[in-house]
Amino acid sequence: MAERTVDRASLEMLKKAARENIGTVWDRFESQQPQCGFGQLGVCCRNCNMGPCRIDPFGDGPEEGVCGATADTIAARNLVRMIAAGAAAHSDHGRDVVTTLLATARGTAQGYQIKDEAKLQALAEEFGIATEGRSKEEVAADLAREAMEEFGMSKGALQFLKRAPAKRQALWERLGIAPRGIDREVVEAMHRTNMGVDNDYVNLVLHGVRTSLSDGWGGSMFATEFSDVLFGTPMPVQGTCNLGVLKPDQVNVIVHGHEPTLSEMIVLAARDEELLKAARDAGAGGINVCGMCCTSNELLMRHGVPIAGNFLQQELAVITGAVEAIVVDVQCIMPALANVARCYHTRLISTSPKAKFPGAEHVPFDEHAALDTAKQIIRMAIENYPRRKQELVQIPDQQISFIGGLSVEAILQALGGSLNPLLDAVKAGQIKGIAAIVGCNNPKTTQDQGHLTLARELIRNDVLVVETGCAAIACAKGGLLLPEAAAEAGQGLRAVCELLKVPPVFHMGSCVDISRILVVASAIANALGVDISDLPVAGAAPEWMSEKAVAIGAYVVGSGIFTVLGTVPPILGGKGLVDLLTNGAEGVLGAVFAVEPDPQKAAALILRHIAAKRLALGLEA
Amino acid sequence: MREVYVNVNRCLGCKSCEIACATAHSASRSLLGAVFEPVPPRKRIYVQAVEQRSVPVSCRHCEEAGCVKVCPTGAMQKNAVTGLVSHDRGRCIGCGFCEMSCPFGVINRYPGSKIVVKCDLCPDLSTPACVMACPTSALLFITAQEAQQKRRQLAAEQLVAGDASTVIS
Repeated sequence: MAERTVDRASLEMLKKAARENIGTVWDRFESQQPQCGFGQLGVCCRNCNMGPCRIDPFGDGPEEGVCGATADTIAARNLVRMIAAGAAAHSDHGRDVVTTLLATARGTAQGYQIKDEAKLQALAEEFGIATEGRSKEEVAADLAREAMEEFGMSKGALQFLKRAPAKRQALWERLGIAPRGIDREVVEAMHRTNMGVDNDYVNLVLHGVRTSLSDGWGGSMFATEFSDVLFGTPMPVQGTCNLGVLKPDQVNVIVHGHEPTLSEMIVLAARDEELLKAARDAGAGGINVCGMCCTSNELLMRHGVPIAGNFLQQELAVITGAVEAIVVDVQCIMPALANVARCYHTRLISTSPKAKFPGAEHVPFDEHAALDTAKQIIRMAIENYPRRKQELVQIPDQQISFIGGLSVEAILQALGGSLNPLLDAVKAGQIKGIAAIVGCNNPKTTQDQGHLTLARELIRNDVLVVETGCAAIACAKGGLLLPEAAAEAGQGLRAVCELLKVPPVFHMGSCVDISRILVVASAIANALGVDISDLPVAGAAPEWMSEKAVAIGAYVVGSGIFTVLGTVPPILGGKGLVDLLTNGAEGVLGAVFAVEPDPQKAAALILRHIAAKRLALGLEA
Repeated sequence: MREVYVNVNRCLGCKSCEIACATAHSASRSLLGAVFEPVPPRKRIYVQAVEQRSVPVSCRHCEEAGCVKVCPTGAMQKNAVTGLVSHDRGRCIGCGFCEMSCPFGVINRYPGSKIVVKCDLCPDLSTPACVMACPTSALLFITAQEAQQKRRQLAAEQLVAGDASTVIS
């Protein structure tokens, strides 16, 4: 089995966990070995009650299910369902932000305000909403209603698709995969994969791509853009990262999950004078709000709130014994947290009606009483501070500063207002290309090693790296998000980074903020008058685990970007499907997937791809 | 000699043993590699359905192995020390006598090939792949003595639980 982690803070906490006889995600992963072969290959179908059915992967048993579905049909249906679930998660997050903007515009949301009027105006213009002589609230209300229409609409195609290069839009139209509504594609995906509907794996995959596009160019893009309107568009900010951000003498509150609507209010509540006094009265030096997973990326990008860690560190944060409350909303929250929290004084507080956890305390959160609820949660954490068992407290030293907040707007500002300096550097070969490294952690692979190795190898070869999500946190912990990391870059990239005083790896936000990467890619393609698939760019998800990552991978490839997966997707049992995704899609979408668990080899694939794209554009490889 | 012991009550019919067996006998020895091999690997354990239940069946490495007796070329051998009934591909002429003589139906030919395959108890592994893969411990790799000891213990426990106060007078 692979080493568990390269993160020294994680290692220290794993030793503590072993000493205290507490099982973590890695132990549970070991207990699950060996994992089901049919499941790993994607050839198990549970979509109707004639089954479950399995296809023998070696041709030495049934080659079709009870209904006659082949391995390709079954694996494709399963894949499409994964995409639908991932797109649903991102898009429902987007919907919540839209709903909050509407409530804010109507004055019924407590504590929120419209922070970025310029972005509100720009979006209003994009959606054809009159702004002249109208208050920002009126405009925001109309914009939010238009956005809601996009979820279950009848007008034809998503508005944000128009941000893509004309060639890409035409390709989507030609293939019949331009999404017609965010909710509609997810519903149709579930319909098609229902017993006896779509059984052609090519047709299934095409709809899978359409569903994923409704996420990348729909739900996720709404989440990003509307969060910017409500909470401000991120600008470069210094953050600190890793478990060492927890403070021995303060009330530590970890916000974990995804949506900024709750966590923004927690940050606000933690600055409340009355609550600060209550914390001091309880014997604490202050209130320390830290983030975990994408919630932390959202807060970091806009407030510089410290990041306690990425996905595989959620239990480890509790194991420090120094966390008064871990406050969760939705997505990537392990139910195991309840059991680990029970070993300490930590209170696990769930807040979303969509996500309850056995063993957690539930404090329902909604935007109408947001600040009051946030204050109540902070108060619960303060009350808990005296119960901390000092003998169980051990906070690792590891913490490192880094630069985050590189939104599209921030990048443009760093470049002096236009993309041209970046384009010139790419044309001159100082920067060979751009690679996006995104995604999760996964106990199937050593924590952070895939992210760090791949990023190091790429910057060493003058590829600018942009990141989001747990990948960005991994590289922050590894010191690659500091301007000084330019020393690890190749000569060309290093010179550009030093000139602009930026790190060679850009932190662009949370997982829904991959939509920012789509916007940058489109802008570059438009500036060069080509399609996204012509650009020397690539995507990678070295340690992915979530269904959301499957949706992301599909919309990135569907947008024309070659993508390398580091953990193996459960589709290998469908030979035709594998060939379609890794080979055949090139002639259809202009991009394919590759699967490569070794990050060094993944880097080689990406470098080769970038060189080929440069040559095709008439640039020196 | 340890043997593959089947606890029928624990088998859920997941076929993990089958897939692990085939993988252990593939060129790459890995599932994700095996599915792309030009000659697919063969399983040597078979999960059979019996009404609503499922039973994994594989070679019992019989003491009086019919397959060894009928083999005209000596390809099928029983090792006197280890007890293993093994098959030498090089000496096999594909006559099919061993298949006919096996009371369990667990000696089978590769499709399109004269060569038969059967359980070899995974000589390179400390425990056969099927046993390691079983998620419910329906398969155990133990000696006959250990198996009987287990049965005796269970029987004894049942007797105690059933009616410990009964005294035959």
